[in-house]
Amino acid sequence: MISSHSREAYSLGQIPITPSAMATQNGCKLCAPLGASLVFKGIRGAVPLLHGSQGCSTYIRRYLISHFREPVDIACSNFAEQTAVFGGGANLKTALENVSRQYDPALIGIATTCLSETIGDDVPMFIKEYRAGRNAATVPPMVHVSTPSYQGTHMEGFHAAVLAVVSALAHDGTAGSEQRVNIFPGMLSPADLRHLKDIVAAFGLKAMVLPDYSETLDGGLWDTYQRIPSGGTSVEDIATAGSALASIELGHTLASRTLTAASLLEERFGVRAIRIGLPIGLRQTDALMLALAEVSGRPVPPRFTEQRGRLLDSLVDGHKHVNTIRAAVYGEDDLVAGVTAFLSEIGITPVVCATGGRSRHLTAAVQALVPQKRHAHITVLEEADFAAIEAAVAAVQPDVIIGHSKGYAMSRRLSIPLVRVGFPIHDRMGGARLLHVGYEGALALSDRLANALIDQRQAASPVGYTYM
Amino acid sequence: MTTIPILDERRRQIFQEQDNASFAMTCDRHSVAGSVSQRACVFCGSRVVLYPIADALHLIHGPIGCAAYTWDIRGALSSGPQLHRMSFSTDLQEMQVIFGGEKKLYGALCELIAAYRPNAAFVYSTCIVGIIGDDVAAVCRQVAKEQGIAVLPVHSEGFKGTKKDGYRAACDALFKLVGTGDTRDIAPVSINILGEFNIGGEAWLIRKYYEQMGVQVVSVMTGDSRVEELRRAHGAALNVVQCSGAMTFLAETMQAKYGIPYIRASYFGIEDMAKALYDVAAHFAAEPCIQQKAEVLVREQVAAVLPELQRIKADLAGKRAAIYVGGAFKAFSLIKALRLLGMQVVLAGSQTGNADDYATLREMCDPGTVIVDDANPLELSKYVIEKQADLFIGGVKERPIAYKLGIGFCDHNHERKIPLAGFEGMLQLAREIHTTVTSPVWGFVPFRAKDGEF
Repeated sequence: MISSHSREAYSLGQIPITPSAMATQNGCKLCAPLGASLVFKGIRGAVPLLHGSQGCSTYIRRYLISHFREPVDIACSNFAEQTAVFGGGANLKTALENVSRQYDPALIGIATTCLSETIGDDVPMFIKEYRAGRNAATVPPMVHVSTPSYQGTHMEGFHAAVLAVVSALAHDGTAGSEQRVNIFPGMLSPADLRHLKDIVAAFGLKAMVLPDYSETLDGGLWDTYQRIPSGGTSVEDIATAGSALASIELGHTLASRTLTAASLLEERFGVRAIRIGLPIGLRQTDALMLALAEVSGRPVPPRFTEQRGRLLDSLVDGHKHVNTIRAAVYGEDDLVAGVTAFLSEIGITPVVCATGGRSRHLTAAVQALVPQKRHAHITVLEEADFAAIEAAVAAVQPDVIIGHSKGYAMSRRLSIPLVRVGFPIHDRMGGARLLHVGYEGALALSDRLANALIDQRQAASPVGYTYM
Repeated sequence: MTTIPILDERRRQIFQEQDNASFAMTCDRHSVAGSVSQRACVFCGSRVVLYPIADALHLIHGPIGCAAYTWDIRGALSSGPQLHRMSFSTDLQEMQVIFGGEKKLYGALCELIAAYRPNAAFVYSTCIVGIIGDDVAAVCRQVAKEQGIAVLPVHSEGFKGTKKDGYRAACDALFKLVGTGDTRDIAPVSINILGEFNIGGEAWLIRKYYEQMGVQVVSVMTGDSRVEELRRAHGAALNVVQCSGAMTFLAETMQAKYGIPYIRASYFGIEDMAKALYDVAAHFAAEPCIQQKAEVLVREQVAAVLPELQRIKADLAGKRAAIYVGGAFKAFSLIKALRLLGMQVVLAGSQTGNADDYATLREMCDPGTVIVDDANPLELSKYVIEKQADLFIGGVKERPIAYKLGIGFCDHNHERKIPLAGFEGMLQLAREIHTTVTSPVWGFVPFRAKDGEF
């Protein structure tokens, strides 16, 4: 009705996207406060508060809302021009007061921004001053995390917030009768978190999952307005982290970090730290099962043996669709490493493995996960933007691209199908419900991969088969 | 049901007929610290105004966030180049924060201009740029000289005011382009369309209407615009300004420097759309036929959409709507458009309205309608529940509030992909509202479920 412009008119036309050394074009990363906000959303009754300009919270809210399709309230200390000149102390204290009054939170998670970091605000001191004038019983706990976006991506913000929360709240205490285990899952989907909790519970263990936004960012409808959505790990449960049987930390590239939540608990309270990759695919899920069996002293429950059986059965049924296929994978370091491990298990060569992240550990992780004979066929890009990723993908023309919604433009320009995983999913329904982990996650992912390839073959065929 | 508390500092930014006889709303102020304002920042204001200029390079000078969150998020269409849909950032790192970002900015500008050959470049300053002391204007001057294109700094540090100050910063940058192009072939009956961003192709509709009336459209600012068009905008006889605040600054400066008068317009709803055409016709009353052509056009267009609007109205009559939008001008039009559909407005508010806007809103609204300035999710929820709204018109940030409570929703922000302006747009709006309000899913939501159901 509106326009008769051709499809080509809407592409970037004749201008090829040219990688640049100095500029970041279509970044494959987000800023640190987003990661920290996500972590605080996974704590029961918590309100994230960004110390900076209004836009920081509004843009991050919009970005998260568009993926999770849930209300995401993130407060802000709303800097004005004078604030930047005289410091953000007064604004932060007003913000803490107003958030307390409006939300009655169980915790306020304060993340800084590039602005408050650059002017050198001493946030811990502001918090101390705020608390000093008030009745300790009526002031909620506050956790501060430093998240200047010039020091890393959303993943740095995410991991720093997990560490800050554990560091501030965890005690040793008594072990009690419960068999407890700490799970630091990394940045997974709500569906993943639910599945993980289910798995851990089946071993008779009580999980302290940090963060757990499985309900706060993927909940049901409300009959009345909830100031803070229900769900999340409680401050009390986080406090018990120091007396758990073990901490299981998920992510291959965490090894590049000197201090993590699990290593802190090991150092401080002697809680054993177990580090495995994201449990994506067969072997990584096996590793999780074995770790849980060992920690709990129980065998792997039969239902997981059955799930594993169904996964294997489906991998055999579909193997011809995927074996020898070439794929490009992009996203956060740990997600790329996890997906890459699974692709290798089913014969897909991950010809491009790319991240905007800066763990500088992806190459090592990919080499450890993919059989050596394939290493020569793989390009690993770290700290890459989509201009660099697209150039690498265009050069090797893989059969399929695997990543989040922001790769759609590339997928469309190169006419290579995109299988959506991770975050953000801004152009499909159900981003929060994408399952990546466990045998069930691998099953879902392998079906989607095979179906994308079948779909392409079916669409390209002049015959129009209804029976593939 | 838990009560939702209103912060004391915000009480005077909310108006309800029954609890306050005298009307004096506080507005036009910085958001309260700790309030989850639905507003963004100065940078956001500049970015929305300049974003649709499709053959310009838009480089965001700062750490990655501001560029990442504004990458290809809007439905602002271009009929040609698509450069505006790229996200360019200097992606400042700690080293630049310590030693300055000018070198990186210079390098990034040179590389990107060489790669994409844009017709102009805009450099947006984000929060920390002023703090670290980069002389962005000097870098822009140098690159402009070397590359032979206009390189314009946009002073959009996020904390230096509100979104409105961002509009002004964008207008300042645009004003440097205006007046530098050739105006020789511009007809005496000619206009610029200001504050129209071609969301879903809206500017194409509006331009078509004016051209059918015999009015030349010199430039649209900034929907589907090109640098060359903007340069010669000072050759138009009249500026027609849509949107409350976004581009009034530019219209005022163009009036002062070039003597071009401006009128306000809104293209939402049949009533305001027709008025926008008639007002332009009235301005050119000395020219024969323009008024006549406008009348014919309006008659034809209204006749084309009215039958379906009437059918839709039958289903929507008596339903209650809440409106929360960026600028108050849009709220005025929506109230009229919703009345045409037989709907009642129970809440009306905006992020950036001024005292006059709210006085107008109050006059337009029925008694009992809640009027809010710079509201937050808790307040919006409180009032849509109290007023039992059936529909919420807002942006992406308001959508989950509506959906969680089981209320229909219509996106009327820049992220939408369908045109809601013009006569055809009114029909689209009606269809959108109809699709959401009449869905059977609302019958299942807890808020409305009947006793005995889950």
